[in-house]
Amino acid sequence: MKQAIIEFQDFSFQYHSQAKPTLHDINLKIYPGEKILIVGPSGSGKSTLGHCLNGLIPFSYRGEILGSLKINGRETKEEDIFSLSKMLGTVLQDSDGQFVGLTAGEDIAFALENDNVPHDEMHERVEKVSEMVGMRDWLTSSPFELSGGQKQRTSLAGVMIDDVDILLFDEPLANLDPATGKKAIEIIDDIHKESKKTVIIIEHRLEDVLHRDIDRVLVIREGRIIADMNAHELVSSTILTENGIREPLYVTALKYADVKVTSEMLPGHITTLKTEFSKDALNKWHDAIKEDDRQNTNPSILKMDGVNFSYDGVRPILSDVSFDIPRGEMVSIVGKNGAGKSTLSKLLCGFNKQDKGVIYYKGEDIKDKSIKERAELIGLVMQNPNQMISKPMIYDEVALGLRLRNVPEEQIAEKVEKILKVCGLAPFRKWPISALSYGQKKRVTIASILVLDPSILILDEPTAGQDFRHYTEIMEFLVEINKLGVTVILITHDMHLMLEYTPRAIVLAGGRKIADTAASIVLTDAQVIKEANLKETSLFNLAQMADIEDGTHFVQGFIDYERRMKNR
Amino acid sequence: MNSKMKLFSYGTVDTPIHKLSGLTKLICFLLLTFAAMFSYDIRVILAIMVFSIAILMVSQIKFSQIRLMVIYVLIFLITNAVISFFFSPEEGVKIYGTRHPIAGLYGDLDLTWEQIFYQVTKFFKYGSVIPLGMVFLLTTNPSEFASSLNGVGVNYKAAFAVSLTLRYFPDIQREYQDISLSQQARGLELSHKAKFTDRFKNSLLIVIPLIFSSLDRIDLISNAMDLRGFAKSKKRTWYTSKNMTGQDYMAILISTLIFLAAAGVSIFINHSRFYNPFI
Repeated sequence: MKQAIIEFQDFSFQYHSQAKPTLHDINLKIYPGEKILIVGPSGSGKSTLGHCLNGLIPFSYRGEILGSLKINGRETKEEDIFSLSKMLGTVLQDSDGQFVGLTAGEDIAFALENDNVPHDEMHERVEKVSEMVGMRDWLTSSPFELSGGQKQRTSLAGVMIDDVDILLFDEPLANLDPATGKKAIEIIDDIHKESKKTVIIIEHRLEDVLHRDIDRVLVIREGRIIADMNAHELVSSTILTENGIREPLYVTALKYADVKVTSEMLPGHITTLKTEFSKDALNKWHDAIKEDDRQNTNPSILKMDGVNFSYDGVRPILSDVSFDIPRGEMVSIVGKNGAGKSTLSKLLCGFNKQDKGVIYYKGEDIKDKSIKERAELIGLVMQNPNQMISKPMIYDEVALGLRLRNVPEEQIAEKVEKILKVCGLAPFRKWPISALSYGQKKRVTIASILVLDPSILILDEPTAGQDFRHYTEIMEFLVEINKLGVTVILITHDMHLMLEYTPRAIVLAGGRKIADTAASIVLTDAQVIKEANLKETSLFNLAQMADIEDGTHFVQGFIDYERRMKNR
Repeated sequence: MNSKMKLFSYGTVDTPIHKLSGLTKLICFLLLTFAAMFSYDIRVILAIMVFSIAILMVSQIKFSQIRLMVIYVLIFLITNAVISFFFSPEEGVKIYGTRHPIAGLYGDLDLTWEQIFYQVTKFFKYGSVIPLGMVFLLTTNPSEFASSLNGVGVNYKAAFAVSLTLRYFPDIQREYQDISLSQQARGLELSHKAKFTDRFKNSLLIVIPLIFSSLDRIDLISNAMDLRGFAKSKKRTWYTSKNMTGQDYMAILISTLIFLAAAGVSIFINHSRFYNPFI
């Protein structure tokens, strides 16, 4: 019998600031060389579990620990964070924020510097470990020159340099575009196979992590481990849907086609899935798909015509971008970081002026409208609600835009009441903002923009870092807003969001528009996928495996079917 | 765009000055600054000035890189000279013990040779140090800066704070811009059109979100640093420190000799910090 490398025994933890324990009666053994995935909705305690492992609990976050947690046979309560960091290395979620060095090399060397490793030995080890993660040629680059994936690999090298036994990844996919996320999972897998280290991944994006093998998946709910099984068993059970974790899309498709998903079909990964049992059902379902009629014949509300822009006059950020969005549409703008997505929204809001080309609002050139005037037509909601909220009370925050416009107070009261109602915030009107959840804060920021009555709403990554339940909540709310006649533009690299909520996607790559069509077509077009750092949807793979010729049609059929189910 | 956002326009040119370690440059800079600050002998000061301009040439710094700094320095020096003349017009007379008036200016106020000599000396004193400061800033890799501070005895936590500031300054700056723009879109007026009190209140609407998002960031950074053992021991080594070479010791030796010579001139020749041509 092997000795467990991590062992929880009747372990509970309660933060000092909380009334109830966050983790209850955890009993868990992890063996050397295992690769474990921990999933669970936000607030389930999965990050707390991670903090207990790496020592941030109780070192940085105080609280009461009951029971025992041993790593390598040593009781963690009696160790300090430094000795734990020699056994277990953590790659945090935000690879930009945790980049403490001025260059990749310095960041990788950080742990060695703190250990007083001599200069020459340090350089040698940095080079060796950077080779392993493919960052050898980027050691002198600053974080501003690195992509999200490269920053994450730098963080990975930074913890591997200590030759830890266990690698802990805290939501490694949160800030990466689909292609980079897929690559990250591959790198983690390769390192696991080569180094035989124990790997623990905390993530709620199950399907993306299951791109490669996982030994066991743990499901956490309300501070308890409610499932501990392999991916095939988990995916064929009802645990995921019952606990607000998104099941892989291809599994949903199988269920729609009335296929009973069992662990014998090896449904844990799309690559292992056996389709011989489901082929007929899938084909039958596909043939029965009725096309949805989705022509939007409304007049144009926003049009870009041959827009060019460059910050320094040398390197173009946007070149010759044209599109036309009819009123009431919900569109996503996708592309990898640096493709020009945020610059595009800055041009629309008037923060920057295009060098060439015209932007029309309802057929009228808006070149001469100021930022303030444009805000009444086009509202921008930033990604992080903390970047927008400047008042302690909800009412005042929502009223701010009107007060700054010197609207009489009675009119403000009327408008704010109405918007709070629309946004489902009316019961909280007298609450301080600090008492709200992330999703509610997001609503407050959306409300504070909607109060100015814009007919177009641009949202930058509205669901970033949100679990399935919050994601659905925010998106369904936006659908409601959209039904009121507001045109919604989403800047995102979440492929589920594109597929499920926006009939149309505009794809940017290198400052050019490379596609402007249905999301189902974008996510099945190999060329566009490659250029824009997207990833083929597993629905398409499923269609191919079931010998369905028109994969795009299958994907579209799935989306339409799902929409009809929701609206029922 | 972001890659250009560097606090110092540090450039990598292959010159002997660039090759020196940051620690060496800091030590030399301090030695030469002490020498120039200690001595009021214009001969010594001019010698240091010639030396520092020569160093500036060797390090191939272009005038365009330092133009703005030179203008600021000149404005400062001239203002300083004018003000010190009006506040203390007899300073030179007090120091040198003689009085050779050139012209009466106003009432009792005279322009004296002593005062001119004293002020010219002072002008060159600052003027001789500033090129050295520019050389130090423009030829030292910003990441090496922290390690050299630590090298001359500054606590490594304080030295690392300098490095962290350099790292996150552009991030905060960008965040400030983003917040400012989004608040302007909500109707915030920051231009001169608004009253001063309003502008002050309005700027709070940017600063408050900036503080909250920075607090989130600080939490993250300190966790990231804890997890990799920062502040574990009393000392730390630096990835960016350069090993000392013969050239480094040579540079420190030269600077030390200049410092000793400057001190020697004062002690053995002038018998005071001042050189007095009037007696």
